Amino acid sequence: MKRVYVNEQWCLGCRLCEYYCAFANSNESDIVKALKDKKIHSNIRVETKGNINFAVSCRHCEEPLCVKGCITGALQKKDGLIVVDKDRCIHCYTCIVCCPYGAVSPSADGVIQKCELCAKISGNQPACVKGCINQAIVYEER
Amino acid sequence: MNYIYPEYEVVRNYARCIVCRACENQCANCVHRYIESENRMESKDDDCVNCHRCVTICPTRALKIIKSDHTFRYNSNWTGKTINEIFKQAESGGVLLSSMGNPENYPVYFDKILINASQVTNPSIDPLREPMETRVFLGSKVHKIKRDSNGKIDTSTAPQLDLSVPIMFSAMSYGSISYNAHESLAKAAEKLGIYYNTGEGGLHEDFYKYSKNTIVQVASGRFGVHKSYLDTAAAIEIKMGQGAKPGIGGHLPGAKIVGAVSRTRMIPEGSDAISPAPHHDIYSIEDLRQLVFSLKEATDYKKPVIVKIAAVHNVTAIASGVARSGADIIAIDGFRGGTGAAPTKIRDNVGIPIELALASVDKRLRDEGIRDRVSLIVGGSIRSSTDIIKAIALGADCVYIGSAALIAMGCHLCRSCQSGKCNWGIATQIPNLVKRLNPSIAYQRLVNLVTAWNHEMREMLGGMGINSIESLKGNRLMLRGVGLTDKELEILGIFHAGE
Amino acid sequence: MKHVIIGNSAAAIGAVEGIREIEKASEIVLISDEKHFTYSRPLISYYLEGKTDRAHMHYRDYDFYETNKCIPMLGVTATKIDVKKKRVLTVDNSFVAYDKLLVATGSKAFVPRIEGLDSVNEKYTFMNLDDAESLLNALRPTSRVLILGAGLIGMKCAEGLYEHVSSVTIVDLAERILSSILDAESAQIISERITSKLNILLKTSVTRFVGNTAYLTNGASIEFDVLVVAVGVRPNTAIFEDCGGKIAKGIIVNSKQETNIKDIYAAGDVCESYDMTISQNRILALLPNAYMQGHTAGKNMAGCETEMIATLPMNAMGLFGTHIVTAGAYTEQKFIDRKNGYKSLFVDGDKLKGYIIIDGIEKAGIYTALIRESVALSKEDFELIRVSPTLAAFSDAYRKGVLSGSKNK
Repeated sequence: MKRVYVNEQWCLGCRLCEYYCAFANSNESDIVKALKDKKIHSNIRVETKGNINFAVSCRHCEEPLCVKGCITGALQKKDGLIVVDKDRCIHCYTCIVCCPYGAVSPSADGVIQKCELCAKISGNQPACVKGCINQAIVYEER
Repeated sequence: MNYIYPEYEVVRNYARCIVCRACENQCANCVHRYIESENRMESKDDDCVNCHRCVTICPTRALKIIKSDHTFRYNSNWTGKTINEIFKQAESGGVLLSSMGNPENYPVYFDKILINASQVTNPSIDPLREPMETRVFLGSKVHKIKRDSNGKIDTSTAPQLDLSVPIMFSAMSYGSISYNAHESLAKAAEKLGIYYNTGEGGLHEDFYKYSKNTIVQVASGRFGVHKSYLDTAAAIEIKMGQGAKPGIGGHLPGAKIVGAVSRTRMIPEGSDAISPAPHHDIYSIEDLRQLVFSLKEATDYKKPVIVKIAAVHNVTAIASGVARSGADIIAIDGFRGGTGAAPTKIRDNVGIPIELALASVDKRLRDEGIRDRVSLIVGGSIRSSTDIIKAIALGADCVYIGSAALIAMGCHLCRSCQSGKCNWGIATQIPNLVKRLNPSIAYQRLVNLVTAWNHEMREMLGGMGINSIESLKGNRLMLRGVGLTDKELEILGIFHAGE
Repeated sequence: MKHVIIGNSAAAIGAVEGIREIEKASEIVLISDEKHFTYSRPLISYYLEGKTDRAHMHYRDYDFYETNKCIPMLGVTATKIDVKKKRVLTVDNSFVAYDKLLVATGSKAFVPRIEGLDSVNEKYTFMNLDDAESLLNALRPTSRVLILGAGLIGMKCAEGLYEHVSSVTIVDLAERILSSILDAESAQIISERITSKLNILLKTSVTRFVGNTAYLTNGASIEFDVLVVAVGVRPNTAIFEDCGGKIAKGIIVNSKQETNIKDIYAAGDVCESYDMTISQNRILALLPNAYMQGHTAGKNMAGCETEMIATLPMNAMGLFGTHIVTAGAYTEQKFIDRKNGYKSLFVDGDKLKGYIIIDGIEKAGIYTALIRESVALSKEDFELIRVSPTLAAFSDAYRKGVLSGSKNK
């Protein structure tokens, strides 16, 4: 299955991926309208330490601890993709305790959110991949 | 007190700025700043070099850079530029430094030359349907038929460079540009079937794998020159001069001689890399001949030797001498050629336009019956496929592109290479900036550019009813001048439009 | 191959999914005394509160049994395991034969013997959906509710009914609330935040009930309308014990979830786990743990040898808007950070052993992974990890290892 991978060597830590992600998941057609004066909640997060930068998003683990730990069944694995049924999430955040990558997080309304590889959005590449200015984020089979 | 008012202003459309801080993150000159108490961005125009990094990456197009309209009292003689230069020198006591090519308002002859096309009597060719040859060979051609003792024609030739298209990446050293820039050029050259040039910085060990597409340079500092460096190359270039700074040497500050740059140049870390103005063993064509043959001897006469000279006033006589020195190829660099750093006054006032130099050298060599002994490469601001067509019609075999290649990779011609803080990861050795140039992107952009130019050249050749680059070479009838004086037309060897 | 599973909650569902990862066609029968489609037990407090409804409590999609080709026998109580004949007897005296059996019977509320308890009119436990339904029916806006037990179940129950009733009083013998997951300091923080909502009486217990009045050891008495007993749970081991199964506090299993009886597995709240953070077996009655044990059992039942991943206590809960996450064991050496709520990291030598985080819970799973994988802190940038759970703090090799693939360790 194709996944999003980050090549640390090329990640510049500019955090644009976070903004493109938030935009893509905003249901807005204009980026300014979507993100201006808002605290963004992105499914990909850049981490920085000294000269090292890298973005982290859901690995779509083969043995996903978040799905196994989810107490309501809101997190599910569908065709390899780990998705959230937002209606069933009750904000207990057991998944946050389970995920070894820190790749699930609460959204603005508290429901858990995570990268779903832009599966619900048209286009053949996730927004973070498309928006990365240095091709540090790639979408490929490994 | 700072006399210099910022040249550019950063204009931020606050209605569009989403405070993502990417501009702040990506500006090596620290122009952008986040004001936490107000949750907004602020810019400091003083430090902006107008490189467009922030403008390009801004996800909401909230930024643009404009030229400041701050002005001095009008004066045609004492322009603001001149006054500011004096301020700078009165402050620093130093030589003014600049980068990239001469930006001043001299005539660009390429822009005053028009290309011909066929109509009726000599049908044009559709390059999509009919063969169109853009392949060229560079090197000394056979100028006399020789037969062996049996009367059979000797078909051997001097070593040649084989190019799919008459474009090469000109010399830019590892040190003046980054590792990633070098890798991009090397990969693109390999993919395109052309050559790139190491410049006088040696060849990084990682790039030996591109040796089939590598021209190595031997310059006055002799940095990075050793046996395997010569052996590995496809051709060797002796750099006698550079269009951006004819008559002077080079100086890469010790601060840039770090790590791999130091190793590759074979000089200690932190020591300045000073390339002398002359080669201290070359004071005549005979001396040059010695170096040419030393290099040929060292490499078994298997590689063509290029001699690169700057286009200066007596370039024709120099070229004639070089052609007789045993060199296989002469590269002429016009006064608009780029540089990683040069004294401003030299860059902007020394040398002559490449168009005139090319036309007169080609004519001189033909007049002397030695044109076939050498191939001619011209550089010094080749900006487009039409510049190439015109250069070839004026007599060139091939062109060098440097600035155009850098622009393809992302250079925005902010002309601040000398600061070493290139925001595009090209003219810098700072690791955080170098990584901004991902060779897999940059290489593809180079390939795209050359491929696009190749398409355009084929179209123009076809239009002229010509089906190979070779048939265009020196074919000045395909050119006409506009707005040129009789003298200029005479030197260029072309008619005026309408004639 | 015929698999029989006694149970229909997290461990049972985990087993079904584990089996189906290996075998597509084998027969699976689920026997559950509850009549409901598989639902999420922890949701009952949210159900009480009104934050969810019956339509959203299903633990798996409604086509789960069909998609996974299992036969649910719901509302059927398994009464006996016949080990010799390899079959499970049910309350209606029929039997279900098995090749492999999973005991995932969960736990039941522990109701202590208290004088006069029988005389209490409205008394409930709070373990399953039926409990929640009954309790909900008993509640009136004027109700005064007394909850015995300030543990996870008691506190979540209190939160669930707080809005519906006139007052809630909680009594617990322990000296702090949520004593199984919080230490004194963190419990204090939570107590302060909820003190205006609940009447919490600690270090005391009920000595006797007289009608709807509870008399406490500290001499006080409380009048109430509804009583909820939430002092603890006990594993439902009886059916397994009766057929000769080995029990300690719960069913004893090995790392493949096998019991001492051939072809019988156990998973979930009914059995013990090896808690790696204290190097001891104990009952870890937690949903993620139940699922994972079930999943491990299922894979082994289907013939794929699989070991249960390292187990540690983990809890995540929201309580009156405050988010609390905890994991592992609480050792002597701790690093406390109050910058963003409260965070306490518990360290033993070179290893992270546990944590308690209130409010700033993001990325807490990175801490969990440090505990689970027994990462040597000296090899990573613990100074940075202490400030925030970030992968940047890890060595290049570790970081690239985890980020370049899809298999977590």
